[in-house]
Amino acid sequence: MMRFMLLFSRQGKLRLQKWYTAAAERDRKKMVRELMQVVLARKPKMCSFLEWRDLKIVYKRYASLYFCCAVEEQDNELVTLEVIHRFVELLDKYFGSVCELDIIFNFEKAYFILDEFLMGGEIQDTSKKSVLKAIEQADLLQEEDESPRSVLEEMGLA
Amino acid sequence: MALKMVKGSIDRMFDKNLQDLVRGIRNHKEDEAKYISTCIDEIKQELKQDNIAVKANAVCKLTYLQMLGYDVSWAAFNIVEVMSSSKFTYKRIGYLAASQCFHEGTDVIMLTTNQIRKDLSSPNQYDTGVALTGLSCFVTPDLARDLANDIMTLMSHTKPFIRKKAVLIMYKVFLKYPESLRPAFPRLKEKLEDPDPGVQSAAVNVICELARRNPKNYLSLAPLFFKLMTSSTNNWVLIKIIKLFGALTPLEPRLGKKLIEPLTNLIHRLHKHLSVFAVLISLSSGMPNHSASIQCLACVLVKYLGLLAMSKILKTHPKSVQSHKDLILQCLDDKDESIRLRALDLLYGMVSKKNLMEIVKKLMLHMDKAEGTTYRDELLTKIIDICSQSNYQYITNFEWYISILVELTRLEGTRHGHLIASQMLDVAIRVKAIRGFAVAQMAMLLDNAHMLTGNTQRNGICEVLYAAAWICGEFSEHLKDPLQTLEAMLRPKVATLPGHIQAVYVQNVAKLFATVLRGQEGVPDRQVAQETSQLLIDRLPLFVQSANLEVQERASCILQLVKYVQKLQQKEVQVAEEVTALFAGELNPVAPKAQKKVPVPEGLDLDAWINEPPSESESEDEKPKAVFAQEEQRPTRPRHPEVDEKELARRREARKQEQANNPFYIKASPSSQKVYAETPGVEHIPVVQIDLSVPLKVPGMPMSDQYVKLEEERRQREKAERKKKKEKKRRKDKCGRGHRAESGGESEEDITPAHTVDIVTEEMPENALPSDEDDKDPSDPHKALDIDLDKPLVDNEKLPVRAHRPPDALKSPVEGGEGEGVAQEPKKKSKKDKKEKEKRKSKERKASVCFCFACFGIILGFVIGRTRGAPVRPLAVPETSSFLVQSYDIQGNLQDGSQVVVSVIFENKSSSSSFLKCMEFNVLDSLNSKLQRPEGASPHEAVTIPFQLPPGVSNEARFVFSVQSIVMPQKLKGTLAFIVKDSSTHEKLDFKLHFTCTSYMITTPCYSDAFAKLLESGDLKASSVRLEGVSMPFHHLLARICFHHHFSVVERIDSCASMYSRSIQGHHVCLLVKTVSTVSIDAKCDEPSLLENVLQEIKQTFAKC
Repeated sequence: MMRFMLLFSRQGKLRLQKWYTAAAERDRKKMVRELMQVVLARKPKMCSFLEWRDLKIVYKRYASLYFCCAVEEQDNELVTLEVIHRFVELLDKYFGSVCELDIIFNFEKAYFILDEFLMGGEIQDTSKKSVLKAIEQADLLQEEDESPRSVLEEMGLA
Repeated sequence: MALKMVKGSIDRMFDKNLQDLVRGIRNHKEDEAKYISTCIDEIKQELKQDNIAVKANAVCKLTYLQMLGYDVSWAAFNIVEVMSSSKFTYKRIGYLAASQCFHEGTDVIMLTTNQIRKDLSSPNQYDTGVALTGLSCFVTPDLARDLANDIMTLMSHTKPFIRKKAVLIMYKVFLKYPESLRPAFPRLKEKLEDPDPGVQSAAVNVICELARRNPKNYLSLAPLFFKLMTSSTNNWVLIKIIKLFGALTPLEPRLGKKLIEPLTNLIHRLHKHLSVFAVLISLSSGMPNHSASIQCLACVLVKYLGLLAMSKILKTHPKSVQSHKDLILQCLDDKDESIRLRALDLLYGMVSKKNLMEIVKKLMLHMDKAEGTTYRDELLTKIIDICSQSNYQYITNFEWYISILVELTRLEGTRHGHLIASQMLDVAIRVKAIRGFAVAQMAMLLDNAHMLTGNTQRNGICEVLYAAAWICGEFSEHLKDPLQTLEAMLRPKVATLPGHIQAVYVQNVAKLFATVLRGQEGVPDRQVAQETSQLLIDRLPLFVQSANLEVQERASCILQLVKYVQKLQQKEVQVAEEVTALFAGELNPVAPKAQKKVPVPEGLDLDAWINEPPSESESEDEKPKAVFAQEEQRPTRPRHPEVDEKELARRREARKQEQANNPFYIKASPSSQKVYAETPGVEHIPVVQIDLSVPLKVPGMPMSDQYVKLEEERRQREKAERKKKKEKKRRKDKCGRGHRAESGGESEEDITPAHTVDIVTEEMPENALPSDEDDKDPSDPHKALDIDLDKPLVDNEKLPVRAHRPPDALKSPVEGGEGEGVAQEPKKKSKKDKKEKEKRKSKERKASVCFCFACFGIILGFVIGRTRGAPVRPLAVPETSSFLVQSYDIQGNLQDGSQVVVSVIFENKSSSSSFLKCMEFNVLDSLNSKLQRPEGASPHEAVTIPFQLPPGVSNEARFVFSVQSIVMPQKLKGTLAFIVKDSSTHEKLDFKLHFTCTSYMITTPCYSDAFAKLLESGDLKASSVRLEGVSMPFHHLLARICFHHHFSVVERIDSCASMYSRSIQGHHVCLLVKTVSTVSIDAKCDEPSLLENVLQEIKQTFAKC
């Protein structure tokens, strides 16, 4: 089971974090800080896996953004790497050649995608299509919610 | 109001949204904290407004700030507010915020239960989805318990979107509420064969995760997974399944053989795919075919994975990996720490007696080169691990090991001084033959202590001195020059060492003193002895002034002792004997678990107070903490000098005898000793003399390298000798069979140890309990899930269901409130649904003029009650009409003599998309049996069933009936009314509930003596019946009666058995079943009509087969 997933930039700024096990706020912060240091210190040619505390860390760098997953001892690193890649693909499809700014400004959307792809630390659906479809429809529903409520209408002027 | 709304909207237009916030933060790089604090103030204002849109916006911003590391726990309640918004847009944000910010300690979670339950049953699948996603992040044991049943229902939702989420979240629920595993497992198992691949993979994920922790409970699923593996094309799922098999094969070796073929196919199919390695890694941990995997390794570019896979293979096929030793050693030079650590892991498993020295030598070289203390520490622990693994199995020369340990002390800035120290102690204590050498080395260490204690504060290595001082003191008889060591230990610099080390120093100074005195015993010149006393008297005051209490106490005690000795010396009294007696006796190593295993003597209550507990204030003031250093217990252990050697031997013998006779005592595996003891001619092996006068690089620091060379020579010599012997033998034999080729390398067993080594096994207390329980980590959440899943469900294993409760349950204080809410909720719904139905009816009047049941034939399976041990079962008495099949079975409620619980399974069998809703269940009450309706309902009102049925889905509802007399069977007529969603027609279904007398019987175990008493009492009326034409085996017959009629077998002798059961109202029913040519049943019961009816029912059961 995946314990948590972090997205952070080259400069050590956290962009996304998802915890699949409950942990106290303080511990989370400490772990994030420590882990970022360890990962950022690694050279580009080094392998994507490392052991950290009792977890296995699998990370991959896409442009300036690090995708970093912590999985349990018995989990498979390669599958985790595939999970990261699949998530990036999903983001890419959804935003259309995604960049860091997309994730910064639409961080809630990124979360929604992640939640649709992984749940409770397990892969929810391996099909890209079905994940994106679910997101699209949920978005559609959201727009339906919002569209009739134009500001003017709300003010009673329309 | 309108004005307020307008104002709110205008405010909103000027509010910051999330994008503005992010932009703002980016623009205020210098004073980010200040900017954010103003933002938080704004957010606080926004949260105070009534407008939910504003609130949601604020919560969204808070979620972002939370990620940046700001505390937002104060807004937890606002998050709940946004969660409960009816608009999906806001609900989505609310749940996202909750999943990010809530954790088990968040107290508002308690408030969310009902909201989540509402969302879970929402008609909008996205509401449900969002709730499930959120819940997966913050589920607590309470939430898990309350919502388990709702989630389980969702596992059979029509939409795969919901099903897969529900399946996945079940894993979290199991972790938090392990009781739910057994009731939910059958449905989870069903989902393995779900038509939707997403749901299927989710189910595989969950079951694999469960099975990995407790594989033995899931062995029965192996065939199902095997089928999945051969049929599935989803690589993600395949990897999981293979992993699962990896866990199962060690438990069921036959599986391994069966798996070879499909796995080979898989490898060929996935050849180009990266995940082939993933498959490989999973596979290698338990598969018998490794030739394919080794081939793959040859082309491994990804070093890490190669190493990882190798370590897995190593466990099963050590030989095939050992040939790559050099490659692995090369990996130690890799820049990447991950790779180096992996390689180290691999080395650990690769060592043998033959290559240990070589590998350790290489590691020592690496240690010199390695940069970074963490890696160096890692290396150090690995070296020690490698050497000490399985009770020093691979060490042939302990002198070499001691010198390795001594060499390790040169390592600067390591944290693992205590590790080295404990190894030194362990070896010196347990390997008797090495003590002389060890003591010499330790004396040297003490002599050069200044090199180790460069700066004590940071340096963990000085811990080694602790071991050194203790070894020198305890085994001082081996010291060449005790006086010199004594002087070394009394140097003023010692006072800078940590307290607990000084304490050991002081204690061992006394031991050395005793040795010196003894050495001087026979010498006519008394000067040396007296000078030694004087030396102690001069130096010890330094320790008496120590700030450390322990040091101070020991020092002043010993100082007084020495002063006294000095006085005696001046009187020319022989004191050596007495002083030595202080430290007499042999110390045996104690197993680490020994203390835990001491059985508590009978009648001793460890929790009872000996004295009245002291008052609070007192205990605050004086904490006895840190008075004594909390270090190893060994040196300060009290001894029993009175017990002489003979006595000890006698006791030991007695204990051995006792252990040998005790079948539960796991005999100490003699493996380690055996290896040494059974090697032929151990005594004749020449012991290598180490010339310690060889000049060393660092004075006093031995070089382990020389041992490698010496060892090599020794082995060569031995080999030659053996060869010679063999040759001689051969010549003597002269059988002329020709020369067999000399085997290439020497095998493991051929290497004889350099010393006659007696590794003392650690002592365990007498009557130690041979349990391994203490190996398990009690905090592991998965331990709670170690549940046998094959056992049938029993009565009390139910998920808390929101069902109609009998009125008396409502009165109970615990469940009262909940029950009430439950009873009213469905009613409201039904009203709403009726309105909806009416609306639709007017629209589609022309549709569905005649409605035929056959198009979605409902099957009602009546399963009534569950008594202990009896599985849920649909009954076999069908009353068939052209439209529906109705079947049932009735059982009593154990707790209440006048109630039966009826569990009804509704299944919508329609193939089209007919959605059933507004189901209402009603029964025409008789005088004797009545359906219990929710409180406040009229006596003929229908009971609303609290769920809807999508096509192809079944669900269970429970109804309680009160029964007055149970001696007669009874039939109740009832109707089920429901609405078909598509055609909006109101339909009715008639059925009959047949309450047989059997259904009032409860399986009750009975002992034969009680049974005999019952028969003798004479209160029972007899009756009998004959079953004609029953040809089944006797035990089948008994099983059938037990199963269908709730009896239990009291006693069985050949083809005769006595059986017993009890009714819910306490009637005893006894049967004597005999089979000669026909089966005859003689029965006795205190209620003749009940007995008659039960017998008739039994007869019917057998008439049908």
